Amino acid sequence: LSATPEIPKEDGRPKWDNKFQYILSCIGFAVGLGNVWRFPYLCQIHGGGAFLIPYFIALVFEGIPLLHLELALGQCLRKGGIRAWNTISPYLGGVGVGSWVVSVLVSLYYNTVLTWVMWYFINSFQEPLPWSVCPLNENRTGFNEECYESTAVNYFWYRKTLNITPDIAESGTLQWWLILCLAACWAIVYLCTIRGIETTGKAIYVTAIFPYLVLTIFLIQGLTLPGATDGLIYLFTPNLNTLKNPRVWLDAATQIFFSLSLAFGGLIAFASYNPSKNDCEKDAVTVAIVNSMTSLYASIPVFSVLGFKATTAYWDCLDRNIISVTNEFDLPEESIMRQNYTSWISFLNSSYPEKIARLKLKSCDLQELLDQSVSGTGLAFIVFTQAIILMPGSQAWAILFFIMLFCLGLSSMFGNIEGVFTPLLELQIISKSAPKEVLSGIICLISFLIALCFTLGSGSYWIDIFDRYAGSVPLLVIAFFEVTGVVYIYKIQRFSEDVEWMTGRKLNLYWQITWRFISPLLLLIVFMAFAILQMQKPPSYPAWNPKYEGFPMKEEKIYPHWVQAICVLLAALPCVCVPLVAIFQLVKKKHRNKDPNLVPPEVFSRQGANS
Amino acid sequence: MLRALLLTLSVVAIAHAELCKPDAQNAFKVRISIKTALGDKAYAWDANEEYLFKAMVAFAMRRYSSKSTTQISNVLLCNVTDRVSFWFVVTDSSKNVTTVPGSEVEAAIRMNRNRINSAFLLSDKTLQFLKITSTLSPPVEPSTPVWLIVFGVVLCLIMAGIVFLVVSGIQKHKKKNKESTESENLEEKVEVTLENGIPCEALDLKAGRINGVFAADDERFTSL
Repeated sequence: LSATPEIPKEDGRPKWDNKFQYILSCIGFAVGLGNVWRFPYLCQIHGGGAFLIPYFIALVFEGIPLLHLELALGQCLRKGGIRAWNTISPYLGGVGVGSWVVSVLVSLYYNTVLTWVMWYFINSFQEPLPWSVCPLNENRTGFNEECYESTAVNYFWYRKTLNITPDIAESGTLQWWLILCLAACWAIVYLCTIRGIETTGKAIYVTAIFPYLVLTIFLIQGLTLPGATDGLIYLFTPNLNTLKNPRVWLDAATQIFFSLSLAFGGLIAFASYNPSKNDCEKDAVTVAIVNSMTSLYASIPVFSVLGFKATTAYWDCLDRNIISVTNEFDLPEESIMRQNYTSWISFLNSSYPEKIARLKLKSCDLQELLDQSVSGTGLAFIVFTQAIILMPGSQAWAILFFIMLFCLGLSSMFGNIEGVFTPLLELQIISKSAPKEVLSGIICLISFLIALCFTLGSGSYWIDIFDRYAGSVPLLVIAFFEVTGVVYIYKIQRFSEDVEWMTGRKLNLYWQITWRFISPLLLLIVFMAFAILQMQKPPSYPAWNPKYEGFPMKEEKIYPHWVQAICVLLAALPCVCVPLVAIFQLVKKKHRNKDPNLVPPEVFSRQGANS
Repeated sequence: MLRALLLTLSVVAIAHAELCKPDAQNAFKVRISIKTALGDKAYAWDANEEYLFKAMVAFAMRRYSSKSTTQISNVLLCNVTDRVSFWFVVTDSSKNVTTVPGSEVEAAIRMNRNRINSAFLLSDKTLQFLKITSTLSPPVEPSTPVWLIVFGVVLCLIMAGIVFLVVSGIQKHKKKNKESTESENLEEKVEVTLENGIPCEALDLKAGRINGVFAADDERFTSL
């Protein structure tokens, strides 16, 4: 017997205004900050164009099938995360709870990253940009020491923005400017999610489309910058030797998985607001391909700008050497140019080697500068901001860049909040008569209060912890249970009939094979490899310590034991929900079996699927 | 007569050479980068420019010590290179063959740095006095930080949006409540006998009405 889903009439469930809103929301959720600051980094360190091979293989065998599964699940059952999994099987309710917990944890720290973006945005309206000059020290004889030894950009990020403490155990104080920006960010999230998809559906038109506009503007501007072609050639030159390293394949698989925002429950929630008769197969393929194309499209301006920055740094290095040589030998101005620098140096080295040695000239190597790879917040807040200072009209570029980052992050936040909001709405935590605005207000307020921890001096260390432990391994576990639960417990036969009913055509062999064997196997391998690598990595973190001897290099410190315990807790909490709920249901069933008056639960679950 | 003149001149020249040489006491090295500062409009460094420089230094000394004893001839330049760089000292005309202490010269130059720079259309970076550090001017700080103003604007917009949405939500809620009470009142007014929510007139039809509950159940059971 298959639970044919009926078309419910007027069940009061909100729905999308049109199909485009739904697709745009899914794309906005999938396309996030990682597309801009993680994918280009991976391309760079894993052999440029060659990385695209494992990336597309992972997309075809892991990304698209899992995405299709989630969208079909949500659409078929027309319920959000927790209720949907309860319907599949009461023992799998833990999967929904696990993904709810992950959504909560990720929402907390993700919005703090947006807080940093907002802080930089509101600071971009000044001339000169505050991260371009070092402040003076107390007696005005020179620059601030911490700023002088590192760079103005580093100083603004670590001191003026984060006011970072040298150790994670030192919490420092709450930074009031970050609290203000955090309040503004949560207010924006509340404004956009106040009535669920009714309001996010309107907001997504701006937040999902605007980044593409800005990326195009940056693409055009980036390509006109000097040195852009060097950066692009460096990025895309394929080095097929890197494919022999299994780490590359692992990175490709994890990048696809995390980039598509799978296992958060947000996609299931989005799809549950669809009409039942909707081609979820086409939607899944569309969203996945748009996400990957966006990653590629974003890496072009990123690498043009990085190439420009490397070239400018190279020219600066050369110029500094030229000035010191010119001054030392009192040669006329502009006698040594960048082009004849090497010939001059070799001539002078042969005639006056001691003088040249005394000058301690730095070796300027463009390749070395291009090799410096950064990802994550370092790319956006340090490297890119430095490059923006060098562009003419830097305020405009800075404003555009930070609005783009904010929109990218905000559209992903919508998906996260939806993953938190929809299950709570369905579990009817608050009474039905209370308006939705109250629930979303409560969620935003509580999240804001908890996220205040991230505005402490040690906040960014904690965000790294959350990112590394809460937002990675649990997702893999949950996705694995998702696939195996649907395929082996709900039974793939039943599911493919449901999908056939929704899309109007029979399930392809491709879906059958990937859902049954390839995706679960791939997830298992990726999970084990990822977990092993994480455990092998020493639990250390790079700390910004001005009193360190090697300053401005970061100091590698080990996490104290209590922090390590929290890391384990963060990773384990969502995963442990799955077996816990299953055991709880088992115990409940045993109790029910002992009491013959009660109706067995299977009848209710099937009726639940029909309503 | 001529011989005496030549002798005094050579003595003076030797004395000057003693006073002004690289790394002499109270001597300062100056480095000028005209092409870097002015590009195409760069002028050539010649004897006239040197004269102007001597005049500016003398001017600075006069302004600083407020006694008009320093003459242009008191300023000695030497070792002019192509760079353009040279050394200079300021001699004291009251005391024979001595130089003005370096600290005084430094203070004088510091005080009048702007005037000296503008005379040559250069800046602190392109007209460098190698041992004299320039005081850095602090950046202009407005009374309210700019970011606070922008933040205020952003926050006002957000609050306005939230208030608008909440108020419109409350209004919609009220309208819905009013409509549902109105429809209840309407139903009470119309005296229609209802049986299971279906008006009795409809039941009089010969065809009857299909009860949805039983009809749906039919699909669930396998056909015989």
